[in-house]
Amino acid sequence: MQLIPCPWCGPREEAEFHYGGQAHVAYPEDPSALTDEEWAQYVFFRENPSGPFAERWSHSAGCRRWFNAVRDTRSHDLLAVYRAGEPMPEVLS
Amino acid sequence: MTSPAQPPGAHLPEHPDFLWENPEPKASYDVVIVGGGGHGLATAYYLAKVHGITNVAVLEKGWLAGGNMARNTTIIRSNYLWDESSGIYEHSLKLWEGLEEDLGYPILFDQRGVLNLAHSLQDVRDSVRRVNANRLNGIDAEWVDPAGVKEICPIVNVSPDVRYPVLGATYQPRAGIAKHDYVAWGYARAAHAMGVDLIQNCEVTGLETAGGRITAVQTSRGRIAAGKVALCAAGHSSVLAKMAGIRLPLASHPLQALVSELLEPVHPTVVMSNAVHVYVSQAHKGELVMGAGIDSYNGYGQRGSFHIIEQQMSAALELFPVFARAHLLRTWAGIVDVSPDASPIVGLTPVGGLYLNCGWGTGGFKATPGVGDCFAHTIAHDKPHPFNEPFTLERFTTGALVDEHGAAAVAH
Repeated sequence: MQLIPCPWCGPREEAEFHYGGQAHVAYPEDPSALTDEEWAQYVFFRENPSGPFAERWSHSAGCRRWFNAVRDTRSHDLLAVYRAGEPMPEVLS
Repeated sequence: MTSPAQPPGAHLPEHPDFLWENPEPKASYDVVIVGGGGHGLATAYYLAKVHGITNVAVLEKGWLAGGNMARNTTIIRSNYLWDESSGIYEHSLKLWEGLEEDLGYPILFDQRGVLNLAHSLQDVRDSVRRVNANRLNGIDAEWVDPAGVKEICPIVNVSPDVRYPVLGATYQPRAGIAKHDYVAWGYARAAHAMGVDLIQNCEVTGLETAGGRITAVQTSRGRIAAGKVALCAAGHSSVLAKMAGIRLPLASHPLQALVSELLEPVHPTVVMSNAVHVYVSQAHKGELVMGAGIDSYNGYGQRGSFHIIEQQMSAALELFPVFARAHLLRTWAGIVDVSPDASPIVGLTPVGGLYLNCGWGTGGFKATPGVGDCFAHTIAHDKPHPFNEPFTLERFTTGALVDEHGAAAVAH
């Protein structure tokens, strides 16, 4: 089973975690000002790269905190984990 | 011992005739189809057969039908909820019913029926609603109670004292399975015979456009000019579309499946369960074929996590206690392109001459003939076929979604 290094708890089994999709997608500052196209982009469209991907995880069966990770979607290698609010480390190629 | 007079294997019979050749790519084609899986091959076949367009290449980065076409659980059904879905899935099922004759090739299409189990009151309500919707669309569907489930598939445990008891099921008698490899080979053989070039080990690395129109594809085997380009790349659709500057609302996930060792015939139909996350049929050869839900994370690695298999096995054992002594032979994963409303995206794009067929997620195999026919029509006429007209990319902006999370069953 894959180990995911929670930035608070250290490495734990993947089954303790919940996936949250792409990281760093900010809620629009003024949603009512968006066009339909912009709103669709916010609601439905996400990056889906084959390679490094910044994404959110929740340690739902542990400390229950959300954090971010950069993971290679081809190998499933976790290239970096960092706490919510911290900037993305320079691992994206 | 004396050395053999002939090289090893010389006494064996000749290799049977190849079903298709492996031509070098030409410098240009009228239509280039990216992805040599079921959908790509079927699209090429109907382009040639129905529309007389034969200057066509199917580009496959690996070997023909070695992606999701080789990895799916071969379930064919058309019992989706909405009218839009009924249109394309039932069109596909009708084509399946005549496909063996059409291709002149055996595909072991076997209409053994599918049971979609209900395990909660909400499941029951949704299922009965779906049966009614199917019937209004002329699709065979019935609601069966637990005793009826037992009658159709005697090995299902319908005892009330399990964690998720079977409260009934929808049943589509015309549903079934087919031999996925034979389907691909049948389409490939027939398309090749009409002049389509099937080009393997040819990965698309770029899409060229000029004046808002597609002009060529760059590949690992050189540049190929194209009048039109049709994407049939399933899990890799996002990567390809991005080469033309198009963002897709897709997430690529691993979807795992597995087979048991070969067993005597014990399972006469197909059983699917949304609630406990497993679907099972028994292949003609005798192995039990089971699928799981998707792994939660995005992934392109064609493998998933073991705990998903564990959950799937525990669900299968509760439904089918008779499986307890079966041995797991092999597990694998394919990369499925999941869309926000569990419906596909089939149609035009903002780039002229570039067409999109993706977002089938976990359920693309059943659509192979239907979408091949409709996508070929879309490419030939530069206009969607009525059956794929609702499945535009624009629906995510207009809000005209086709929400099939219930009928798409297990995996979304």
